[in-house]
Amino acid sequence: MAYLDHAATTPMLPAAIAATTAELGRVGNPSSLHTPGRAARRVVEESREALAEGVGARPGEVVFTSGGTEADNLAVKGLYWSRVAADGRRRRVLVGAGEHHAVLDAAAWLSREQGAQVEPLPLDAVGRVRLDALAESLARDPGDVALVSVLWANNEVGTIQPVAEIVELAHAYGIPVHSDAVQAAGQLDVRFATSGLDALTLTGHKIGGPVGAGALVLRRDADVTPVLHGGGQERDVRSGTLDAAAYAGFAAALTEVVAGRADEAVRLAGLRDELVRRVLDAVPDAELNGDPDPAGRLPGNAHFSFPGCEGDSLLLLLDARDVFCSTGSACSAGVAEPSHVLLAMGASEERARGSLRFSLGHTSTEADVDALAEAIGPAVERASRAGVAAHRVS
Amino acid sequence: MGTNVRVLAAMSGGVDSAVAAARAADAGHDVTGVHLALSRNPQSYRSGARGCCTLEDARDARRAADVIGIPFYVWDMAEQFHTSVVDDFLDEYAAGRTPNPCLRCNERIKFAAVLDKAVALGFDAVCTGHYAILRDGALYRAVDDGKDQSYVLGVLTAEQLAHAMFPLGDTRKADVRAEASRRGLAVADKPDSHDICFIPSGDTAGWLVDRLGCAPGDVVDESGAVVGGHDGAYAFTVGQRRGLGLTRPAPDGRPRYVLAVRPVERTVTVGPREALRVDRIVGVRPRWAGRPPVDAVRCRAQLRAHGEVHRAVAELDGDELTVSLDAPVEGVAPGQAVVLYADDERVIGSATIDRTYRAAGMSV
Ligand SMILES: Cc1ncc(COP(=O)(O)O)c(C=O)c1O
Repeated sequence: MAYLDHAATTPMLPAAIAATTAELGRVGNPSSLHTPGRAARRVVEESREALAEGVGARPGEVVFTSGGTEADNLAVKGLYWSRVAADGRRRRVLVGAGEHHAVLDAAAWLSREQGAQVEPLPLDAVGRVRLDALAESLARDPGDVALVSVLWANNEVGTIQPVAEIVELAHAYGIPVHSDAVQAAGQLDVRFATSGLDALTLTGHKIGGPVGAGALVLRRDADVTPVLHGGGQERDVRSGTLDAAAYAGFAAALTEVVAGRADEAVRLAGLRDELVRRVLDAVPDAELNGDPDPAGRLPGNAHFSFPGCEGDSLLLLLDARDVFCSTGSACSAGVAEPSHVLLAMGASEERARGSLRFSLGHTSTEADVDALAEAIGPAVERASRAGVAAHRVS
Repeated sequence: MGTNVRVLAAMSGGVDSAVAAARAADAGHDVTGVHLALSRNPQSYRSGARGCCTLEDARDARRAADVIGIPFYVWDMAEQFHTSVVDDFLDEYAAGRTPNPCLRCNERIKFAAVLDKAVALGFDAVCTGHYAILRDGALYRAVDDGKDQSYVLGVLTAEQLAHAMFPLGDTRKADVRAEASRRGLAVADKPDSHDICFIPSGDTAGWLVDRLGCAPGDVVDESGAVVGGHDGAYAFTVGQRRGLGLTRPAPDGRPRYVLAVRPVERTVTVGPREALRVDRIVGVRPRWAGRPPVDAVRCRAQLRAHGEVHRAVAELDGDELTVSLDAPVEGVAPGQAVVLYADDERVIGSATIDRTYRAAGMSV
């Protein structure tokens, strides 16, 4: 089998499995004051320190969450609420048009329910936020902007965002910036302090840790109103019993990933370039989405549109040949919506529907690329016949 | 069909299609489950409604596929369904006819758009949970009279039937439920859906008024005298007796029935029961489960889903099918299908009822 969906979730690293399973059999709530409680607390704090070290932040800046979705919600809603509380004029929320739904839908909710004015920042044709549009939007009235949120690297097309420039533009007006680095952390040199960001989202299961462990790395001076209320375990910003086992696995994964990241990025980029070349060989009219410059995209990401094909037909055919990939963002009903990212990049709905993401990770090998290269041609041929059939409606 | 056929099982999330898929897999076929997302608004389950296209149904179908152990996907057929079934349903009502959307869905979605796509993707057949028997390419009524769905499959052509699979025709519904439960399918006791799936409220008249708007007009008797009013002729069906809201009773005091619906003129004609009696039906858009008949054929005609069957002689003239009934029948609604059976068992073919003629010979 060829698992080419590491961006959806990647297998846990042995070190992470070991760290998590070692804790699963132990008792002790990290907030309890007795000996087992303190032992569990120690695991949490060591995990926090390891994560902070891995991401270039201070331990006190790591707020554990249940994953990327919660961290994104906390950043967007929490920053919005506190910024509005401090100054009621700050109602504009500037988010990349191609953000993950955890950011986009949190912002949309703020707009629907809380009086926010959400401004999607336009993308260029490769999926990068247009800095001129951001500059213009900020300058229009910097005093009414609550926050800016932009992905570090896009989860669908893999485009790396100009985070440093975005931070510089927003900070010129004292506006906080959040970035979702869920996809970037495993493959790029993600450093919180040097980035200048105010908040950064991470999640365990995209880097070889367990599902259900994530973090919002948050500057100590950033004021964030909590989304979850309760025991106030994490700086009073996030409540809920601390999950020592999950954080231990998350931290072990990040530590291992960071140590080998530079080399792994080179390895993945090599495999990816090979994958792109061989898919284009097999299907000459396939179109690569995202940045054609390999340096501008995640090393493990390849994303294509196959003219005349439906992505879900291709997925079915590849699945039957044990090649596993993704059509982009699946919605809850399991119906593939045309990707908002591709649409924001100017693709037609048809092109958006006819696309597939292949994402590589730590278990990927040449054999995976071989399997795809062999399967993709016949799959595209069949799917294009089915595409025509689907449109021939009586 | 031999074994190792590649089968696409349409799984609605209900018990019938789940058992059908399981049987196809048991038969040694290479089965893939597909749930057809037909609603433009799959959130509709939030209203507590039960249709065939809600998120809850998609989840039930997925769980059934897991239990059976087959791959499962959701296909978005909402646009095709809307154009070919929902819009057609509205157009038919707007023209004063009474359509059967399930039949339309079989004709244009399940055994057209879905089948075409399936065949292109390399599948040999589409399998559904319909109660009907396919034997040597011919379509027969199911053994469970109460469940028989050969009527709504009567629109399928020989070519479509050649790529169809109906594994439930030889089984009674109660046994299908028992089998589902034996197989560990959680949908075993899920209630049947009776309503039109895209009208989850069950209020077809209200749904039509919402979409076709208010078009008030007169209810007239056969002499043309106004005997009442209505908010939209399309909400009436030939043969209907209740809900006519007549302001003037019939002179003879007998109940009156809808005889004709003319939305363009905005009139609904009512009259006595005998005026509903027709003995000749002309259908259009004939479809044949086998070869089209060359001569007049003696057959049984069924004029609505789960309706009675009537002895008749059918004759094809160009694209029109004339069905002469041995004995008059009441309340035949244009827009419904007339499905012809040989010996009340094997489906010969069907046509969409275009007009009917009164026993006396007058067009209704
Ligand atoms: C960019 C991005 N942000 C957030 C998430 C959600 O993270 P989690 O699955 O941990 O909630 C994902 C995963 O799909 C992602 O790709």
